[in-house]
Amino acid sequence: MAERITIDPITRIEGHLRIDAEVDGGKVTKAWSSGQMWRGIEVILQGRDPRDAWLFAQRICGVCTTVHALASVRAVENALQMEIPLNAQYVRNIVQGIHAMQDHIVHFYVLSALDWVDVVSALSADPVKTAALAGSLSAWPNNSAKRFKAVQDKVKTLVESGQLGPFANGYWGHPAMKLPPEANLMAVSHYLEALDYQRKATQALAIISGKNPHIQNLSVGGVTTALNPDSDSALNMERLYWIKQLVQEVQTFIQQVYLPDVAAIGALYKDWLPYGPGVLNYMAVPDFPIDAKATKFEMPGGTIMGGDLATIKPISNFNDPYFHKNVVENITHAWYKGDWTKHPYEGETVPEYTEFNDKGKYSWLKAPRFDNKPMQVGPLAHLLVGYAQGHKEIIKNVNGALNLVSTIAGVTVGPEVLHSTLGRHVARAVRASMITDLTLKHWELLVDNIGKGDLTIFNKPVFPKGEQRGVGMHEAPRGTLSHWIVIQDGKIKNYQCVVPSTWNAGPRGKDELPGPYEASLVGNPIADAKLPLEVLRTVHSFDPCIACAVHMLDTEGKETIKVKAV
Amino acid sequence: MTDTPESTIPEPQLNRRSFLKGCTTVAAALGISEAMIPKLVEAATSAQRPPVIWLHFQECTGCTESLLRASHPDIARLILDIISLDYHETVMAPAGHQAEKSMHDTLDKFAGKFLCVVEGGIPTKDKGIYCKIGGRTAMEILADVAPKAAAIIAIGSCAAYGGIQAASPNPTGAVGVKDLVSGTPVINVPGCPPNPISFLGTVLHYLTFGRLPVTDNLGRPLFAYGRRIHDHCERRAHFDEGRFAEQFGDYGHRNGYCLYKVGCKGPGTFANCPSVRFNDVDVWPVSVGHGCIGCTEPDFWDTMTPFYERLPNVNVPGIAGVTNIDKAGKTILGIAAAAVGIHAAVGIGKSMVTGCGCKDKK
Repeated sequence: MAERITIDPITRIEGHLRIDAEVDGGKVTKAWSSGQMWRGIEVILQGRDPRDAWLFAQRICGVCTTVHALASVRAVENALQMEIPLNAQYVRNIVQGIHAMQDHIVHFYVLSALDWVDVVSALSADPVKTAALAGSLSAWPNNSAKRFKAVQDKVKTLVESGQLGPFANGYWGHPAMKLPPEANLMAVSHYLEALDYQRKATQALAIISGKNPHIQNLSVGGVTTALNPDSDSALNMERLYWIKQLVQEVQTFIQQVYLPDVAAIGALYKDWLPYGPGVLNYMAVPDFPIDAKATKFEMPGGTIMGGDLATIKPISNFNDPYFHKNVVENITHAWYKGDWTKHPYEGETVPEYTEFNDKGKYSWLKAPRFDNKPMQVGPLAHLLVGYAQGHKEIIKNVNGALNLVSTIAGVTVGPEVLHSTLGRHVARAVRASMITDLTLKHWELLVDNIGKGDLTIFNKPVFPKGEQRGVGMHEAPRGTLSHWIVIQDGKIKNYQCVVPSTWNAGPRGKDELPGPYEASLVGNPIADAKLPLEVLRTVHSFDPCIACAVHMLDTEGKETIKVKAV
Repeated sequence: MTDTPESTIPEPQLNRRSFLKGCTTVAAALGISEAMIPKLVEAATSAQRPPVIWLHFQECTGCTESLLRASHPDIARLILDIISLDYHETVMAPAGHQAEKSMHDTLDKFAGKFLCVVEGGIPTKDKGIYCKIGGRTAMEILADVAPKAAAIIAIGSCAAYGGIQAASPNPTGAVGVKDLVSGTPVINVPGCPPNPISFLGTVLHYLTFGRLPVTDNLGRPLFAYGRRIHDHCERRAHFDEGRFAEQFGDYGHRNGYCLYKVGCKGPGTFANCPSVRFNDVDVWPVSVGHGCIGCTEPDFWDTMTPFYERLPNVNVPGIAGVTNIDKAGKTILGIAAAAVGIHAAVGIGKSMVTGCGCKDKK
């Protein structure tokens, strides 16, 4: 008999998210994803100075800090059809690169690892065997028996204190937890190290952006990071080399710890490789522009339909009509007034709350569609879109990661396993590594250009009378982000954001097709409906950016199960 | 409705029994004898590390992210050695019912003793339906938790003053904690997000002395918000000498001149940014070339915008038309009309919250 579970709040994400699922025969048969918070930032932006929009928009999210800032300035620049100085392009690329490195590390360790890693099991690990296991995966110098013993003692002290803090009521001993104690201890040790390395990344970011979270060095028309090798009040060579050193330290962590850990979890949980494909329409937009006009990009964009790489259609640049014309949002199942499908330029944001009604309206998220189809976005989409276009670096890095998984698992796995919950994790780790390489490359480009005597960072925007429309695209850590702005006589007339988590976590549309979260949960095994760890695994694999909730309901929608986990 | 302590834990004995069972499991996992269990129980109930419940409402998680960047103490030391972070949606292992159990366990065991941190604004319009967690509105959760807390730290400008969602026209009637809570001490640590140093300094002060630090009339601790940015900015000498950056990237900008003319709101903002700086790399927005946006001040999204225009009413050397800079930055946008509707909503929210638990507090 089917039973219904509601998980609210979904934790270890950004924002407030509720997931409902029908479970039958130990598997999820239907799921609903519901955003539980609305702030009205798009409404607040109306009538304001377009130059200010990025500072507001950045506050959409403090986890994906920087990404809305970047999309926003690009939207205004697109509306004005203005270019920015080459230095500004490089500085922005370094900013987005470092942010992605930090964000991906935090996602895997802080937000996801506890779905796969049993902290309590680590207590029964043998530190010497743990060192042997870790040594077989990587040359990371901190993988010593001494270090693992110290971490184990730390966990023991925590448990003995009786105050487990954020680890209390976790899914320790859950039947879906399969790692041997040594793998668990290794992962707990790396969890603690990840906290240090993500901080190093944020330090590199702060040197160039003034602070973070919420950087303060952008401007419509460029950046405000002053460049001057002959001043102590600007980015000079001492500052630039400090950034480089920090990025290189984090790069080593990504290559020697993050990537091998993800590959090991993928291999040790190989039974999970078939789960969680969901929507197989993928989309990414081009990013890391390498010229002032943003006509050429390091990372390509495009769409893939139905999981078939042969269907690839490129999205070539910020003005590509293939993207501009095909994005719409629908509110049939969203808590907004009416029942319409509109292009973001025409979009409205008039709230109308109805309680959770899965036949009617049930989420604060709108349902975006591309060419009338739901799309999955994120690092997996990003890499597949490049893979399909024969991007050499992407193919090399993806194949490298798959070889690592194959070696550890003892069976050969190909790119087809990427269409899964674990595939999204592998893709994210690969992307983190590639983005690090690009960050260092653009550091070199910036230094070269400064060396030529070019210190330009800003072109002053001019707002003509009349109406201008523009879109700001950014391939963010969570996927395709676009901000759509309509400017009237120098003021914001309309502002709509179509964000990665809207693409992925959005509700059904008028077409009644489930969004990517909803579709990917179908077929997920559920060992114990009272402890729905497996739902968290798949939802977390998308790196949700909402903030959330999880409860169990019966099929009539009443709460029937009161969970009192020990 | 979601489960409450009353509905899930019918009698104290059962609670203790399940707790002892938990200790047995832990003891087995640790490979220690059952004779140790009483010690575990004692440790668990004596709270060697002060319990903390961290609530997320209308927020972006930027304040939490700022804590991930902290170095002294760093996040691992903070949650493993100093406090017991019993409920925090972004980092806690459990979700859904298991997460709510973590909150209820602390509310039950440590009523009146735990520290509450609130991140995010609280929507009050339409009975608060714009932010729900576990089926309850932010207002209902705050009404449940606030009266039981020893003290509340409102982290960030959202929890302190309503924040970005409270910007005109404040579509959800968002307010700060102090607008709703009375009877429990509340301290504001504003900023967007605040420097983690200011937050952690407040926590360490409280844990050391058992009382909150001294504040200004906006509820902000003096150790972090006692000085005007303009008065201890490294570019102040340039301001006094009339040397300004006129545009980003010009000679003055490249050489550290004052950013007032490109929009810096330092003359109207109180915070420690120039002295403690950010991310342990000796920077703050002004040092890198962008003006202060006034993010530690109430309603800065309305009073400090447009961000790239000069703050009015500032005595500027060489510029005519000057008045008192203490009045700076409060009267730029006409938001009075929007505020009227919001105040009505605050009234309703306040009666809900204060009527719902503060009575229990002696």
